Amino acid sequence: MSSNVNDWLNDHGDYLYRFALARLKDTHQAEDAVQETMLAAIKNNSFEGDSSIRTWLTGILKHKIIDIQRKLIREQPISDIIDLDASDESMDDFFDKTGHWLDKPQSFDMPDHALEQSQFLSVLDACMQKLPKKLKAIFMLRDVHEMENENICKELDITPTNAWVMLYRARMGLRKCLEMNWVKG
Amino acid sequence: MLTCKQASQLISQSLDRPLSWYELMQLRLHLMMCGACNRFRKQLNLLLIGLRKIRTNIENNSAIHLPLDAKARIVEKVRSDQQSQ
Repeated sequence: MSSNVNDWLNDHGDYLYRFALARLKDTHQAEDAVQETMLAAIKNNSFEGDSSIRTWLTGILKHKIIDIQRKLIREQPISDIIDLDASDESMDDFFDKTGHWLDKPQSFDMPDHALEQSQFLSVLDACMQKLPKKLKAIFMLRDVHEMENENICKELDITPTNAWVMLYRARMGLRKCLEMNWVKG
Repeated sequence: MLTCKQASQLISQSLDRPLSWYELMQLRLHLMMCGACNRFRKQLNLLLIGLRKIRTNIENNSAIHLPLDAKARIVEKVRSDQQSQ
């Protein structure tokens, strides 16, 4: 059986690793996700001939990625992330008491030039890494993994309102970080 | 009338759920008059496009490999797991 794992890793290991790395942004977590995928694949060999091995393994990997994010989020009660008055108090950095922008959002576009574009993307990437861990985890599931909101709530056992508030905070923080760190050439 | 704060919340939520007819009307009205919230909306769109690009760049980067030591570790882990069963 473990020769199967050898073959799978030879044929699909790099693909699976990149898939996980693109969603977890952490080499160790990505390796773990691939390992858990292999263990699960060997344990209940549910492969059916009507899909490719790669599709089958990727399907398992998707669940493992969610498991890892969920663990990150569950390390602390969800209430710690949302704060008590998340809908109001915690957004004071961005709005005045009457609900107007303190600093009006600036306009910026995706650079056309390849080099500038890759600089822009690396700033965005760095900003994402700066998000609080749990906020980053749910944000990654929604906006990077593009998982349905409904499924995120089910997996993480949170209400849709919680999810909206957290995603809002993550996006607000990210775009602010971009504004501060992306200097147009 | 929506405040910018409320409008920005609706703009973010529109990425996660369908807005009600009433919310959409309110939001459209606000966006007609508010340049700042329009720019905010564009920022969010750009954010999502950027994230998708980062993701596909990694997925398609043939220079990224599962490290050999990780591979060996995984094979070993599967083997020891099977023996312990």
